[in-house]
Amino acid sequence: MKNSLRANVKRGSLAGVASVGAAALLLTGCGPAPQAGTPTATASDYSGCIVSDSGGFDDQSFNQSSYEGLKKVEKELGIKVNQVESQTNNDFEPNLRAMVSAGCDLTVTVGFLLGDATKKQAEANPDSHFAIIDFGYAKPIANVKPIIYDTAQAAFMAGYLAAASSKTGTVATFGGIKIPTVTIFMDGYADGVKYFNEKKGKNVKLLGWDKAKQDGSFTGDFVKQDKGKQLTQNFLDQGADVVMPVAGPVGKGAGAALKDAKAAGKDVKLIWVDSDGFLTAPDYKDIMLSSVMKQMGNAVETVVKEDKDGKFTNEPYVGTLANEGVQLAPFHDLDSAVPAEVKTELDQIKKDIVDGKLKVESAASPKA
Amino acid sequence: MTDQNEPQHPGRPAGPDADKHNADKHNADKHNADKHDAVKHHADKHHLPKPADEETAAVVSLDTAGGAMGPSAVPATAQSGKIPGGPETLVRRIFTGSGMVSVLAVLLALVLGGLLIAFTDKQVGATATYLLARPTDFLSAVWTAATRSYVALFQGSVFNPRGAGIAGQFAPFMETLTIATPLITAGLGVALAFRAGLFNIGAQGQIIMAGILAAWAGFALHLPLGLHLLLVLLAGVIGGAFWGGLVGYLKARTGAHEVILTIMFNYIALYLLRYLLNTPAFQRPGESNPISPVLDASAVYPQIFGSQYRLHLGFLLAIAATVFVWWLLNRSTVGFEFRAVGANPKAAQTAGINVSRSTILVMAIAGALAGLSGVAQVAGTEKVLTDGVAATYGFDAITVALLGRSTPWGTFAAGLLFGAFRAGAVQMQIQTGTPIDIVLVVQSLIVLFIAAPPLVRAVFGLNPRRKKRATAGKSKTPATTGGAA
Repeated sequence: MKNSLRANVKRGSLAGVASVGAAALLLTGCGPAPQAGTPTATASDYSGCIVSDSGGFDDQSFNQSSYEGLKKVEKELGIKVNQVESQTNNDFEPNLRAMVSAGCDLTVTVGFLLGDATKKQAEANPDSHFAIIDFGYAKPIANVKPIIYDTAQAAFMAGYLAAASSKTGTVATFGGIKIPTVTIFMDGYADGVKYFNEKKGKNVKLLGWDKAKQDGSFTGDFVKQDKGKQLTQNFLDQGADVVMPVAGPVGKGAGAALKDAKAAGKDVKLIWVDSDGFLTAPDYKDIMLSSVMKQMGNAVETVVKEDKDGKFTNEPYVGTLANEGVQLAPFHDLDSAVPAEVKTELDQIKKDIVDGKLKVESAASPKA
Repeated sequence: MTDQNEPQHPGRPAGPDADKHNADKHNADKHNADKHDAVKHHADKHHLPKPADEETAAVVSLDTAGGAMGPSAVPATAQSGKIPGGPETLVRRIFTGSGMVSVLAVLLALVLGGLLIAFTDKQVGATATYLLARPTDFLSAVWTAATRSYVALFQGSVFNPRGAGIAGQFAPFMETLTIATPLITAGLGVALAFRAGLFNIGAQGQIIMAGILAAWAGFALHLPLGLHLLLVLLAGVIGGAFWGGLVGYLKARTGAHEVILTIMFNYIALYLLRYLLNTPAFQRPGESNPISPVLDASAVYPQIFGSQYRLHLGFLLAIAATVFVWWLLNRSTVGFEFRAVGANPKAAQTAGINVSRSTILVMAIAGALAGLSGVAQVAGTEKVLTDGVAATYGFDAITVALLGRSTPWGTFAAGLLFGAFRAGAVQMQIQTGTPIDIVLVVQSLIVLFIAAPPLVRAVFGLNPRRKKRATAGKSKTPATTGGAA
C-alpha cells in the first residue's frame, strides 16, 4: 500500500516535471522556421585551433583569455575554430596531433607544460603553424611563435598603486604555484612597492614574496579557493590591507576573505591579475582596486590575423606596456579612492618604463 | 576452498569452475535480496556434504541467471529433478541473463548520453526555437548530434575509415592500447589488493613515486642502451613497491587503516614531487619551470610498431603483468594466502597464514604494479616528469579494478574500455565540438550502467524480485532464478 502510494507520488511528480518541460518547450518552440537552404555566411577555409592545458577554457586565466581571443577572430574573419581541452598532461600530445590531422593552419597551445608536445608536433609537421602562450624556447623553432609577456612592468605599477593606497602600511601578494609566469607578477609588485618607499621615504611592508630570496607564499595549485582565503586571512591578521593573488581562480578565495573583512568594517582592497577583474570577477567589484592585465586575447587575435595574411613569423610576441600587451586596468568604482597625485605618478612610471628610463627586472622576464 | 571465491565478470564465458564462483557471489547478493532464500541456499551449499561436482551443479541450479547458462546448468536442473518451465522461463532467463543486461546497459547509456549530447548541441538548440513550425528539423538535429558523437568516439578509439592507409586507419586503436597501458597495470595493483581485502587508494602516490625515481634514473644517469632502460624500469618498480609496501608495513605493524594511509601517502608523494620539481636538480638547465629534462633516448621504451604510433613496450609488460597476477592469484601459494586473508583474516591466521607478511607483500606487489604505470608514463608516453605525471590514472585504476570485478583479465578488459573512452574523447571533442565535460559524463554513464546491472534490470522492468514474491514458497528454482545480480 505504502509502496503503491509512493509510486503514485513519484509518477505524479514525474508527470509534473514532464508537463512543465513540455510547456517550456512549447513556449520556446513557437518561433518561425527559417527558410530552407538559407546560405550561411561565407566561411573562410582557414582554421585556427586551440589546445588548453589542464585548466580548461573556463579557468578565468590564460586558457580562457586565449580562447576568447580566438573566438573573437572566428566571428570577425569567418574562420573555422577547433578547440580541445586537455584533462591531464597526458592529453597534450594526442590533442595536438588530432589538431594537426584535423587540418589546422595555426594551433595555439597554452602554457609551458605544452612546450615539449608543441615542439614535437611542430617539427613533425613543418607546414603547420603553432603559437604557444607564456613559453619561449631557448632555441627558436621555425614554425612556432612564442607569445610571452613582460608582466613585471604592469605589476610594478600595481605594486606602486598598492603601496600608495595602503592605510596600514602593509600590502601582500601570494601565488598559485611557484612558476616563472607567476613569480614575474610578484617580482614586479615587490619592485613597485620598493620604488614607492624610495620615492616617498616610507616603509610599506610587503608580505608573501621576497624578491631577493625568490621565495614566498603559494597555495600549491590553481584550484583550491579555500587556501587562497586562508592565506589572505593570515595577511589581514598581519595588518595587510591590499592583496594581489596571482593564482587564477584561487584569487576568488582572496576576494572572499577581503569581502568578509570589508563587511567587518575594514578598508581593504584587491588587485586582480590576468584579466580586468572588475569585468571577470564582478562579485568583488566594490573592493577591486585594479588589475594587472595580460592581453592574451589581443595577442592571439594578432597572430591569427598575421598568419591568415601569410605573414607568420617565429619572432616571439612580447607583451609590454609599450605595445599594451600588459596593462594596469582602470580603477572603475574605486576611481575616487585613488588620489589624483597617485594617478599622475602612475602615468609617469608607465612613461618611464616605456621609455626605458625605469628598468623593471625579474628573473622570470622574457629574454628578448 | 569455495570460500576463496573469484568474483567473475558476468559477461565472461563461464566454465564449471567459474559457475561455482559466480554462484558464490550471487549468494552474497542474495543476502540483500532475500534473506530467507539465502539462508536456505547457504544451508544447501555448506551443510550438506557433497562431492565437489555435485555441489557445483546444485548451486548452479539455484542460480540460473547471472551468466550461468553454461553446460553445467543442464545437468544441474536434470539432477535436481526440476524441469525448466518451458519457453516462458527460457525467455526470462535470456532477458535476465548478464550478457543481455550488459547489452541493455550499453544501450541505455548510449540513449541517455545521446540525449545529453543532443541537448547541449547548438544546432538542436537552434531548431528547438521553431520546434512547432517544423519539428522534423529538431528531431533530425537530435539524431545527428547524438550519432555524430558516437561515430567520432568509435573513430577516435577503434577504427577510422578516413585514416591514411591501413596504418592510419588503425592508429586510433593503437592509441587506445597506449592509453590503456598505465590504466591496466595500476588497475591490477588495485585489484590485487582488493582480493587480499585491502582497499588500495594509493595507486596515485605509487605511480608518482615510481615516476620520480624512474625519471631521475632516465635523465640524470647516462648509461648504455638496454642497461639504462632496465635501470629505469627497476627504479620505477622499486619506487612503487616501496611506497606500497610501506603502507602494508604500517598497517601490519600498527593496525592503521590502509585507506587513510594510502590517501595520505598520495599527498606526500604529490607534494614531494612538486617540491623536487622546484629544485634545480629536477629542472632543465637554465629554466625554472617545474618540468624535468627529457629522458635520454636510451631510457625510454621502444615503440612496438615504429614511430608512427605511440604504442610502446609498456603495453607488452602490461600483458605480462596481467598473466603474472593471474598466475599469482590462481596458481601460487602466496596468492592463495592473499585470497585467504582477503576472505577472512582471522580464519587465515588460525590456519597458520602470516597475515602481516601477507599484507606487506600484497601492498608491495600492488605498488610495483602501479610502479609499472609510472614507468609507462615517464619512459613511454610523456618522457618528462611534471607534477601531472600520474594524471588521474591512480584514481581511474580503482574504477577499472571494480569494473573488472577485481580479476586480472577483467581488469585488463576494463582498462582497454577506459583507454578507448579516453582516446575517443579527443575526436568527440574535435569533430563534434561536444564539450569535454559532456564527453566525460556520457562515459561515466556507460560505466555506471555496466557496473550496476540491477539498476539496468530495474529500468527495463526485468527485476525479478517482484515476481519472486508472487511465486515464493511454490518452488525453490523459480524463486531464486535471477535473484542474483
